[in-house]
Amino acid sequence: MKELAPVRPTDNDMQEAEQHAVEPLRHLFEVNRRDLFKLLGAGLVVGLCRPGAFAQESGRGRGEEIPHDVASWLHIGGDGWITVFTGKVEMGQNIRTSLAQQVAEELRTRISLIKMIMGDTDLTPFDLGTFGSRSTPQMGSQLRKVAAVAREILLDMAAQRWHAERSSLVAHNGVITNPSTKESLNYAELTHGQKLVKVVADDAVLTPATQWHVAGTSAPKVDGKAFVTGLHKYTSDLTQPGMLHGTILRPKAFNTTLVSLDAKEAEKLPGIKVVRDGDFVGIVAPDPHAALNAREALKAEWNAPTQISEPALFDSLRQGTDGESRRGGFGGGRETGSVQTAMAAAAKTLSQTYTAAYIQHAPLEPRAAVAEWENNKLTVWTGTQRPFGVREELSAAFHIPLDQVRVIVPDTGSAYGGKHTGECAVEAARLAKAAGKPVKLVWTRQEEFTWAYFRPAGVIDVKSGIAVDGTLVAWEFHNYNSGPAGINTPYNVANQKIEFHPAKNPPLRQGSYRGLAATANHFARESHMDELAHLAGMDPLAFRLKNITDTRLRAAFEVAAQRFGWGKQKATPTRGFGIAGGFEKGGYLATCAEVAVDRSMGRVKIVRVVQSFDCGAVINPNGLRNQISGAIVQGIGGALFEAIHFDNGRIGNPYFADYRLPRFSDVPQIEVELIDRKDQPSMGAGETPLMGLAPAVAGAIFSATGIRLRSLPLMAKPLPAA
Amino acid sequence: MPSITLIVNGAEHKTECASGESLLSVLRHRLGLTGTKYGCGEGQCGACTVLLRGKATRSCLTPAESVAGEKLVTIEGLAANDHMHPLQQAFLDEEAFQCGYCTSGMIMSAYSVLLAHPHPSDEEIIQYMDGNVCRCGTYPRIMAAIRRAAQGAKKP
Repeated sequence: MKELAPVRPTDNDMQEAEQHAVEPLRHLFEVNRRDLFKLLGAGLVVGLCRPGAFAQESGRGRGEEIPHDVASWLHIGGDGWITVFTGKVEMGQNIRTSLAQQVAEELRTRISLIKMIMGDTDLTPFDLGTFGSRSTPQMGSQLRKVAAVAREILLDMAAQRWHAERSSLVAHNGVITNPSTKESLNYAELTHGQKLVKVVADDAVLTPATQWHVAGTSAPKVDGKAFVTGLHKYTSDLTQPGMLHGTILRPKAFNTTLVSLDAKEAEKLPGIKVVRDGDFVGIVAPDPHAALNAREALKAEWNAPTQISEPALFDSLRQGTDGESRRGGFGGGRETGSVQTAMAAAAKTLSQTYTAAYIQHAPLEPRAAVAEWENNKLTVWTGTQRPFGVREELSAAFHIPLDQVRVIVPDTGSAYGGKHTGECAVEAARLAKAAGKPVKLVWTRQEEFTWAYFRPAGVIDVKSGIAVDGTLVAWEFHNYNSGPAGINTPYNVANQKIEFHPAKNPPLRQGSYRGLAATANHFARESHMDELAHLAGMDPLAFRLKNITDTRLRAAFEVAAQRFGWGKQKATPTRGFGIAGGFEKGGYLATCAEVAVDRSMGRVKIVRVVQSFDCGAVINPNGLRNQISGAIVQGIGGALFEAIHFDNGRIGNPYFADYRLPRFSDVPQIEVELIDRKDQPSMGAGETPLMGLAPAVAGAIFSATGIRLRSLPLMAKPLPAA
Repeated sequence: MPSITLIVNGAEHKTECASGESLLSVLRHRLGLTGTKYGCGEGQCGACTVLLRGKATRSCLTPAESVAGEKLVTIEGLAANDHMHPLQQAFLDEEAFQCGYCTSGMIMSAYSVLLAHPHPSDEEIIQYMDGNVCRCGTYPRIMAAIRRAAQGAKKP
């Protein structure tokens, strides 16, 4: 069995690509023209080449074969269906709908005629994965281009058929009309019986957002009914004929080796197969209940090394770096001017340390996979953000070529960055291989809390200096382990040194989490800005605006402050107000929070949050509001109370009973202000709206109590009595 | 293996059931009613909520044998003749979900709120719903959906 590889935090395309790039993938999409029409029926196929690929492919007789480097494509069938193929996956962020809206917009047709085929490695073009808020800016614009080209081809076809002046024809609502003759043809009539393939480069002219009719509207979720009726099939709901159920015997701690296994009693149970492969021990059973009973009957001895426990966490992260700081380039960070000189000349200086705990994604659908081997081909259904990455893991684990592995991702019960990997897929496939039958494996909550990965914990040291008038003159920022995302300051400061220091051996398996380190870095930066405002004797908003020139960030702060009524109410010992903001992954945000403080109980309740957000031209306002509001609610957990406890290689709180999640009673009044910039490209919104809450709440607690909390979660301990 | 009879969504099912097997496991694996979800197995998230005698019940902690012969309602039993229940329609109208994994349990818990309080206050909704987790954080919309269903409101 393949070892579970550590997942490293990542920041952007290049870092992600460096870690996950796999050479052979360039030759995966080998559907030829005949296969394509066999699969989908006659019609028109339009594909979009990856940048640079068109020139390489153009010498090979276009139209005969689909180039290997197609990034996305669609098919307009003679049956009226428009089928769109993308490697992205849906896990609650609503891109199945928002991508369909963008295709419908450029194709001048209805969303109800569009079928989105997503995240199926045999059917969809290669895709790096659904993360980093890239689906909207990258896949959205690709699909818009494909659809725009398809629309132009349909217009050409109609003009040819009618011998009409092409520029006089109108495409609208899935129909092309000639206004002078009143002739009309729908797209199905135009493509019926045709076998046309067109692959285009990246140069289509797109409809400006100011002229959108379908994109830019609050289109309802395309398959919403399946979710409210319980009929949608998540991975964990799937069955295959003859399917058996698996479970895994987990070690008692991390980094353990199996000393001995006594499986005699388990193997006596009816229908039970025990699978041992190295340190991997699994059970295959006719039903999940029998699998658990059999696992109980196993007797195993494990050898566990001594490991770092929670109290030593932050010291170990700070001391255990690889000695290489990351500055500039793709790792984030930068150095300009001289911090040392500026600090010496500053009117006031400040030095503080902030920390962020390990937390868990806790997607409500735990990892699940159904694996089936058939004629040496492995098919795995699993909820992952990286179907092609998981295919690679499976190929490596079983030493089989990539084209003998197919990964299919049903719309998934959330991920938040926590489902980049294929542990469960590999385990299910191992069990299925041993059983010779399809096997389903669904991780328990305890397994998810222990054997998945965590948002990296981090320590952040900040030193700064301001001039007499509150101008920021020096900024030094060191992040240990949590990551480089959002590390650079959007404030104007001539002298700065910003570095990320990855820990060499972090005590827990860590990886991507919604927003990555941008949440921790914004917490530290915005908390520190709040402290500087206090030091300067300035209002926290006025201090920030004094040091920002970026007009979109200024607008985000001003819009949120206006709606919130910033500065209208004075803080009291029981009521506080805080503000924070920033810029990350193309999104600008500002968050205002109001908290109620009960010093006798040591409690804090967030009572109101106003958040502005600008991610360019908005594609689906209702879906975007849902994402932003949801991010604020999820952010409450990391801000106030979520933390993973661990002791000597064991997770101390691997249950919902001990890991406090935000619930109905935690939810404040939430008001979202969308800044719809139709003149700007549409950017992602799944992550950045999470970043403002924690520092805004910390600032609000300070304004009420004078207590500055510098560690996430803020309410790890009750507030001290007044 | 022993067998039991369950009355689910008005239909009688005779099914095998291992000793100690949870109602959730029987519904999902033996009756194929997968609308009811596993979220934690500790009764802490509410994804597995079904109605037992009109009360929201955590099927993951309920031994199936203990409800033999009882009438149960699952998410699959709410819609009648392809007409969605007003709560389902309200969740759809408010788009009160993101990934949808908690939605079955939310709707079943909401059903029990409305049985007890046909016109619930926000406090009553929170009291009944606080045991249900939506990790995507759609709580404000879920509350709006419950209020909408309570009012019998049509989509504006």
